[in-house]
Amino acid sequence: MRDLVRKYKDFLAVKGVTFDVPEGEIFGFLGPNGAGKSTTIQILATLLKPTEGTAVVNGFDIRNEPDKVRQSIGLVFQDPSLDERLTARENLYFHAMLYNVETTIMKKRMAEVLEMVELADRQKDQVKTFSGGMRRRLEIARGLVHYPKVLFLDEPTVGLDPQTRKRIWEYIHYLRDKEGLTIFLTTHYMDEAENCQRIAVIDHGEIVALDTPENLKSVIGGDVIKISTDNNEEVLPVIKNRLQVKAEKQGDYIAIQVEKGEIFIPRLAVELKGRINSMVIKKPSLDDVFLHLTGREIREEGVNAVDRMRVYSKRKH
Amino acid sequence: MRSMKAVYTIWLRDVLRFMRERSRIVGTLAQPLLYLLIVGTGLSAAFRLPQAPEGFSYLQFMYPGILGMSVLFTSVFSGLSIVWDREFGFLKEVLVAPVPRWSVAVGKALGGSTVAMIQGAVLLLLAPLVGISLTFITILKVFLVLFIIAFSLTSLGITIASRMESMEGFQMIMNFLVMPLFFLSGALFPLKGVAPWMETLMKIDPLTYGVDALRNIIFANNDQGRLFVNFSLSLDLTVICLMALVFIFLGARAFNRQE
Repeated sequence: MRDLVRKYKDFLAVKGVTFDVPEGEIFGFLGPNGAGKSTTIQILATLLKPTEGTAVVNGFDIRNEPDKVRQSIGLVFQDPSLDERLTARENLYFHAMLYNVETTIMKKRMAEVLEMVELADRQKDQVKTFSGGMRRRLEIARGLVHYPKVLFLDEPTVGLDPQTRKRIWEYIHYLRDKEGLTIFLTTHYMDEAENCQRIAVIDHGEIVALDTPENLKSVIGGDVIKISTDNNEEVLPVIKNRLQVKAEKQGDYIAIQVEKGEIFIPRLAVELKGRINSMVIKKPSLDDVFLHLTGREIREEGVNAVDRMRVYSKRKH
Repeated sequence: MRSMKAVYTIWLRDVLRFMRERSRIVGTLAQPLLYLLIVGTGLSAAFRLPQAPEGFSYLQFMYPGILGMSVLFTSVFSGLSIVWDREFGFLKEVLVAPVPRWSVAVGKALGGSTVAMIQGAVLLLLAPLVGISLTFITILKVFLVLFIIAFSLTSLGITIASRMESMEGFQMIMNFLVMPLFFLSGALFPLKGVAPWMETLMKIDPLTYGVDALRNIIFANNDQGRLFVNFSLSLDLTVICLMALVFIFLGARAFNRQE
């Protein structure tokens, strides 16, 4: 029996994060850019040292046994890390060499992972001829060559088209089922996080919630109806007092929380006869969970933060 | 064992990449040829070396220096290519692997040396063209010296690269480090007869001893050429070996600090 526990506390960008991930789980780290997701992964992968606290990955301590941790994890970075001048196969070969995969197994394993990500027919082509999706698939394959126990995926689907994103998620599920991998990934796509078995919502370096997607959504309590009216200020108290439901202003909209949206809408329409300009009914999503937990939408600071972080991380190295 | 495997892997990658970049091969070979054939031929027509004996041309004097130059440029450049590895992310893949960092630095240094020696080998083929005949043993000795120089200079490149943020600083390194190292090495003009301040600078330049070692070996049986040898071969070898040790140590240390 292996007890997979990861804990660690405190890093400038990450403030006292503690969590456990059992073997064979798909665990997601969800949060806006700059929340500390990548930092956490880098610490767990022993690329950064934690200021305080420690973590145990696959039974090895990240502080005392970094080489054993490295040997037992596969890592797919947020930014590409392939050698474009080398062929797909050579990229895998160099990885296998660096991770000391036995020569006898190497060939079989390389063929296996190439097959898995459907790149076997392109293995002799230089990576510079590959599309973004192919590169990402190759990176996942490379991360698996040395039979890791835990696979870290930092924003695995960022910048990919919807079909490729879907394929990547299929691989992730496949890997968990067939290879028994524990998968730890970060994302800022809410819809993707739902593919995880459990999600830690992280914001400003702190975990604000940790649960299954279903349980997280149930925190919201029912559906959200968003309406815009001819005068939101006037209408808001009407909704609150007459209809006896929770409602609040969100930008140009009024957000109303009700258990069953489709039953509530006719009542609302009658009450606000002629005053409603538009209406949207939303089943709870992780977006709402994030909004509920942090008071902000995850996308708000998206683009700028990405740029800032990219520039920052380039400078830093 | 494991570290050796890593050294081999990093080395192999650099050599493979070099083989694949046709333009780089052509470029690295063209540069010393330009110096040798154009600068060398032109200068030897314009003036004679001071104290030069009859029958000894400037081209012959310059030939060992050009060997040193091509190794200098190629190895420093190979070391600096780490900046690109970092930019394109490949360095991360290497740094996260469960191998000691020094093995990455050593592999890189060996890779750069190999590339520099391939270039040296091509230049050695041209020796008859400038009127220098080499024996097999001489060629082996030249290779050994070229290797030591290349290994230390690639390490120097690695050390610098670890402090560079982008290739934007490349020109500065060329102008303030590589070119002075080259000009002061005695590759183009002899150490004897220059102003005292310059002689001091030339004696500080470690590459001077590399070029001198090459002249020691190449002109071993050439009394005219020996006039331009300044130090004993053992002193030359001691200096360049020390240089190799110091620079690979600095390079490995710089790598250890990378995050």
